[in-house]
Amino acid sequence: MTTTATYPLRDSAAMVRRQFRHTWRNPETLFGALVVPIILLLLFNYFFGGAMNVGTRYLDYMVPGIIMLAAGYGVGVTAVGMATDVSEGVINRFRTMAISRASVPTGHVVASVVTTLAGIVIALGVTVVMGFRPNATPVEWLAAIGMIVLLVVAITWLAVALALAAPTPEAANFYAFPLVFLPFLSTAFAPADTMSGGVRWFVENQPFSRVIETLRGLLTGTAIGDDSWWGIGWCVGIALIGYLWARALFNREPRTR
Amino acid sequence: MTRNAICVTGLRKAFGDKQVLDGIDLAVPAGSIFSLLGPNGAGKTTTVNILSTLIRADAGEIRVAGHSVADDPNAVRAAIGVTGQFSAVDNLLTATENMILMADLCHLPRREGRDRATELIALFDLGEMADKTAATLSGGLRRRLDLAMTLVGRPEVIFLDEPTAGLDPRSRRGMWEIIRGLVADGVTILLTTQYLDEADRLADRIAVLDGGRLVAQGTPDELKQLVPGGHIELRFTSAAELDTATLALGAAGDPDNLTLQVPSDGRVSSLRALLDRLDDASIPVDGLTVHTPDLDDVFLALTGRDSAKEALR
Repeated sequence: MTTTATYPLRDSAAMVRRQFRHTWRNPETLFGALVVPIILLLLFNYFFGGAMNVGTRYLDYMVPGIIMLAAGYGVGVTAVGMATDVSEGVINRFRTMAISRASVPTGHVVASVVTTLAGIVIALGVTVVMGFRPNATPVEWLAAIGMIVLLVVAITWLAVALALAAPTPEAANFYAFPLVFLPFLSTAFAPADTMSGGVRWFVENQPFSRVIETLRGLLTGTAIGDDSWWGIGWCVGIALIGYLWARALFNREPRTR
Repeated sequence: MTRNAICVTGLRKAFGDKQVLDGIDLAVPAGSIFSLLGPNGAGKTTTVNILSTLIRADAGEIRVAGHSVADDPNAVRAAIGVTGQFSAVDNLLTATENMILMADLCHLPRREGRDRATELIALFDLGEMADKTAATLSGGLRRRLDLAMTLVGRPEVIFLDEPTAGLDPRSRRGMWEIIRGLVADGVTILLTTQYLDEADRLADRIAVLDGGRLVAQGTPDELKQLVPGGHIELRFTSAAELDTATLALGAAGDPDNLTLQVPSDGRVSSLRALLDRLDDASIPVDGLTVHTPDLDDVFLALTGRDSAKEALR
């Protein structure tokens, strides 16, 4: 029972502003998340790319995978940020105020999604400098952007939930590791039909591959098939689980000394 | 008729199999300062955490600002402010940004929120630091900012959990001034402390918490009356003088230190009477000290332990 009016949107907006200030004060969190994806982009294109036979120019093939890596590393930063935040005293202050509880994780998610998308734009810019020329129509671009935003929202909510489940900020880094590493176990750098058995089945069906194949089709014109529906389904499911789990964890009684 | 801003009956809380609060009853009249006094681990912070809706009680009826903590925590939250033992400021924001964040979360209209932030920053003498990030502020300044943030929403009831722990004496006195000023505005304060002098100076009423139970409750003066301990200590230059005085006054002497303790209520008239008797008997006194019972004596008498040793534990 609540007799006091609540303002979930106003509270979330205040928390989003707070997170943007944090990112503004610590811009290295944005650029830190981009270092590995861009190094891998250069490494795969200029060192390993020549040995890869994927039917098209290797740079064109791996761009969707680089987008996923930028997303994965981006939400890795989000997880550590969320876990660090809940370990600080100010969160207990928020808990004793008449505000929407979900506004705290929501602030992290909204600000992180924007930051991660900015990172993806920068990474895409680098691929364009390297010679990537997508042949997408405006409609395909819109669909690609929609797919990317949906994926980032989904894995950011999951990362925030994992961070809230972690006992310490250090542990959060470990808990979020699957999100950072799963893009490597996908069709990001090699087609699934070069693999066999269980590995192939896993790689073909895991969410990152579904999204990568969708983006590849939209940006470079390869066949999409049912990957887009699977990709959207995975993302909606992950976002929902991540949101509900994060909300439940944040409402949990805090660990006090 | 005075209204109780905080009313607690039968509060119990256990962490695992450790019973931290074992049946606490409290009543804090609106507009007063109530101090919860006790050593580390007595359950002070747990009490504040429960009363401020941070954690749930296992049992007990708790009403804060007229609302039930269990049934309507959000109404309680709208009426309270909490400054905890551990700094609750956002380290990456400046002092001004912290204040404005509070104003936004208290749902103040934009203009009013900005004005309130500016007003409190000036009131708490944080003006020079207003644009520095909180992480760079000294301990005393952070605590002031912390309390200023608590006041943005004009809470009716304020919880201060060890507000001066770790502060230097000057910052501590400054904090005391601020706390006194708050009550002048009609706010109710529940203050926890392990400093006896702090409770003595600030509180209208004190409850002594030990091992999860309240072992005494009353005004500072009432508590002091619980323990005998008021006496005048006379010092002599020779054992012979001490013996004479011991006979004349019928009190217990300490031959090793050449001192004699005479029970006293600490009033000037009784001191004068004592000195007159010594004069009449022509006993020269080297020096004297008047010892009125303080809360240290109360604490020692109530818990059987020395608070100073307790603090070192």
